[in-house]
Amino acid sequence: MAPLSPRDCLKTILPMSEPILTLSGVHTHIGQYHILQGVDLVVPRGGLAVLLGRNGAGKTTTLRTIMGLWRASRGSIVFDGRDITRLSTPDIARAGIAYVPESMAVFSELTVRENLYLAARSGPLDAARVDWICGFFPALKKFWHTPAGNLSGGQKQMVAIARALVEPRKLLLVDEPTKGLAPAIIQSLMAAFRDLKDTSTTILLVEQNFNFVRTLGDTVAVMDDGRVVHAGLMHDLSGDEALQQRLLGLSLDAHQ
Amino acid sequence: MSATLPLAQADAPLPAARRDVAPLLLVPVVALAALPFMSLPTWITLTVAGLAMGMMIFIMASGLTLVFGLMSVLNFGHGAFVSVGAFTATLVLLPMRGWLEMDSLPANLGALGLAVLLAMLVTAILGWVFERVVIMPVYGQHLKQILVTMGGMIVSEQAINVIWGAEQIALPLPAALRGAVFLGDAAIEKYRLLAVVVGLAVFAVLFITLNRTRIGLLIRAGVENGEMVEALGYRIRRLFVGVFAAGSALAGLGGVMWGLYKETLVAHMGSEIMVLTFIVIIIGGLGSVGGCFIGSLLIALVGNYAGFLAPKVALVSNIVLMIAVLLWRPAGLYAKGRN
Amino acid sequence: MLMSLFSGDLPRSRALSAILFAILLGLLFAPFLFAGARPLNTAATICVYIVLVASYDLLLGYTGIVSFAHTMFYGIGAYGVGIALSSTDEPTWRAIVVGLVAALALTVMLALVIGLFALRVRAIFYAMITLAVASSFSVLASQLSDFTGGEDGRTFSVPELLSPGFTLLDDELFGRAVDGRLITYYIVFAGCLLLFLFLLRLVNSPFGRVLQAIRENEFRAEALGYRTVVYRVWANVLAAVVAALAGALMALWLRYVGPKTSLGFEVMTDILLIVVIGGMGTMYGAVVGATLFILAQNYLKTLMGQASEMLSGVPLLAAALHPDRWMLWLGVLFILSIYFFPIGIVGKLRLARLARLAR
Repeated sequence: MAPLSPRDCLKTILPMSEPILTLSGVHTHIGQYHILQGVDLVVPRGGLAVLLGRNGAGKTTTLRTIMGLWRASRGSIVFDGRDITRLSTPDIARAGIAYVPESMAVFSELTVRENLYLAARSGPLDAARVDWICGFFPALKKFWHTPAGNLSGGQKQMVAIARALVEPRKLLLVDEPTKGLAPAIIQSLMAAFRDLKDTSTTILLVEQNFNFVRTLGDTVAVMDDGRVVHAGLMHDLSGDEALQQRLLGLSLDAHQ
Repeated sequence: MSATLPLAQADAPLPAARRDVAPLLLVPVVALAALPFMSLPTWITLTVAGLAMGMMIFIMASGLTLVFGLMSVLNFGHGAFVSVGAFTATLVLLPMRGWLEMDSLPANLGALGLAVLLAMLVTAILGWVFERVVIMPVYGQHLKQILVTMGGMIVSEQAINVIWGAEQIALPLPAALRGAVFLGDAAIEKYRLLAVVVGLAVFAVLFITLNRTRIGLLIRAGVENGEMVEALGYRIRRLFVGVFAAGSALAGLGGVMWGLYKETLVAHMGSEIMVLTFIVIIIGGLGSVGGCFIGSLLIALVGNYAGFLAPKVALVSNIVLMIAVLLWRPAGLYAKGRN
Repeated sequence: MLMSLFSGDLPRSRALSAILFAILLGLLFAPFLFAGARPLNTAATICVYIVLVASYDLLLGYTGIVSFAHTMFYGIGAYGVGIALSSTDEPTWRAIVVGLVAALALTVMLALVIGLFALRVRAIFYAMITLAVASSFSVLASQLSDFTGGEDGRTFSVPELLSPGFTLLDDELFGRAVDGRLITYYIVFAGCLLLFLFLLRLVNSPFGRVLQAIRENEFRAEALGYRTVVYRVWANVLAAVVAALAGALMALWLRYVGPKTSLGFEVMTDILLIVVIGGMGTMYGAVVGATLFILAQNYLKTLMGQASEMLSGVPLLAAALHPDRWMLWLGVLFILSIYFFPIGIVGKLRLARLARLAR
């Protein structure tokens, strides 16, 4: 019997609700480089999906392609029932996707308040919403009028994520938010994500470090060489040490 | 629903970077440095002249630096808008000769105001067309941009000659703005005072727009990271075109003022001033309106002082100043953090 | 042998080869093919401009550097010879050599300084800085009139061998007096031919290939171990030196130097127009482009004048076709060729040949 494709795997395990995001056979070329070589990815509605893989596997490229920052040369991307493959980045954002890139996400010259204000496209900042966000990141209120460039790495990440939450979104794309941060900050970020899972926002989180996300994610997809090589429930992956070893070169006790 | 964020761990931010004041002090420092070398009345005259000239250059250069900072487009044809603005103004100023000859400030300013309005409207539209037709096809290709915009400048100068004829057009100052007021022994030309006022007004408008409005916020964010602005859902292309048109309109305004200052118009007046404009925006830092302001004032003041104290040096004072500033800050006075 | 003469860079198109051959013959025999002073002047100008534009192509087409200082070096070469010859009572060959050496020294020094200072920054910066430097230089040249003759420039006499009064042979040769002008023409022709072949050799050498690699992808070239700054500075210096030599030859021919003919922005615009329309990065583009341009400049204008006269009733059109508005049409052609014609005439001819071969 032929092995099931990652996509089919996922489909057999998950409840029957329509996934919020589906990538089918997506290829991305950057110049002469063929980075994504047929990505099939299914992100179920609600909850937190994790995209794992080592450096250079194509995780960031996948997020950028979804966001329209790079154009897919082949394949299709369907978001909430709508084909967004050929849409421009602003239109994709307006369709309900927020993007938190790996670095240089915040505008350094703008204050924290201005960064958030910019994200509120439809008018002034909703005070209630801001309070809710500051519930996750209390430090924000303290640095409200500080230029974002003066903040520490962890605080910048908080601003970046907070900014993505200013307006309700259906999907949050987050690229390696914990990179280069101190463990304590990472704990707080993960706690914030955990809390966010209670809302109706789906999160697609790219991470290199498995240990951070093993208790956080609901579903997981592993990428290698521009393709998704495994997809399934996080629960199954964290319980299967041999599978982890094969896909990620990790054992349960490894710390990174 | 509150995250257990250990507050002790939420480190204090890095010490707030002191507002970068050093460049702001340059202008007063240079002005005061020149004072011991000349009599006070001369100093006053030269300083006002320098400020006026600097303001006019600033008005012309501000559009260029903003467009570059935001769109990474270097418009070597920017001078065309200066020329077009000046020549368009003649369409109002020449028929309204009567108003200009009246020794009444309101009448003069009224005519000038109309001329400026028309000039800015025409150059804004021209800028919009230029951006869509000439520049958009070559986004991201700096080499072609330089060549194409230069070509645009050549064509527009020639077109001016076709439409307005090949001879220069005389544009005398309005009656109420001729001559000078006297501050003790120091003669201050009235027109130069007007230039300073207009320049300050333009700077104020730009400053307020950039710092207090949503559009200004978008521009400042876009200068830093256009991609991220798009990812927030803004159609930044529309902003580009708007800023380009506004920059062209500013160049038109500068052109009118510059034309009146020189009292003659020639088709290549725009390209004449281009070199100076480039030096100014290099000094100020590509993309920084504040830097452009300081740079313009510096260039004009230094040029005036040098012209009086050491005329032969004045020929190269611009280059020397540019090199001096670049040695201090290689990316200009206020370099924008670009990715 | 032909291959080594052309340094392996053949025209690669029959049409192009035919055109180039025609141009070569035309220039070689110009004094005998056309009577009068004006055609000879046109021919000499074409020779010099071919070298001037080809040296600019080295910078722009092969290395990818936009510089507005090129005419400055051209002017330095011209002024070097001109000032040397006008400072002595008796124009001698020694004066020419002294002037030339001084000009070349200044050229190399300036090119080095500008290169080292400005090539470390972004291309846009470099373009603007060269513009600023060149225009300051131009202002200096017109202001230091005791030295340079100011706005009017300087006329001077050339050594006896080159002067119009000198006759080598008593009889005419094919209808042309064998006088100093003829000798000067062939010196200019030979000099330009040698310089052009030198440039051709340069761009087809390993050095030239590295330049092209840098133009394509500087990051990669650095990663491969080439110190790109060094190469670009070298390209800058070599291009400047060739331009200066071209200027010197022009000065010898015209027996005059002046800011308009040597340093003006008009010359720079002409160079840009020619290199783009002829074809960047091809060397032969300079040949074809310069020939077309100078011919058009001299002879098309008369046509325009006639057309303008005929249309004198129609206001705007008559003004637009006036010979002084020649730049208008050139500018339009320039813009159009950047969009639709980016490979220039030479590129199009070569592409046509490839298309034919593929069929």
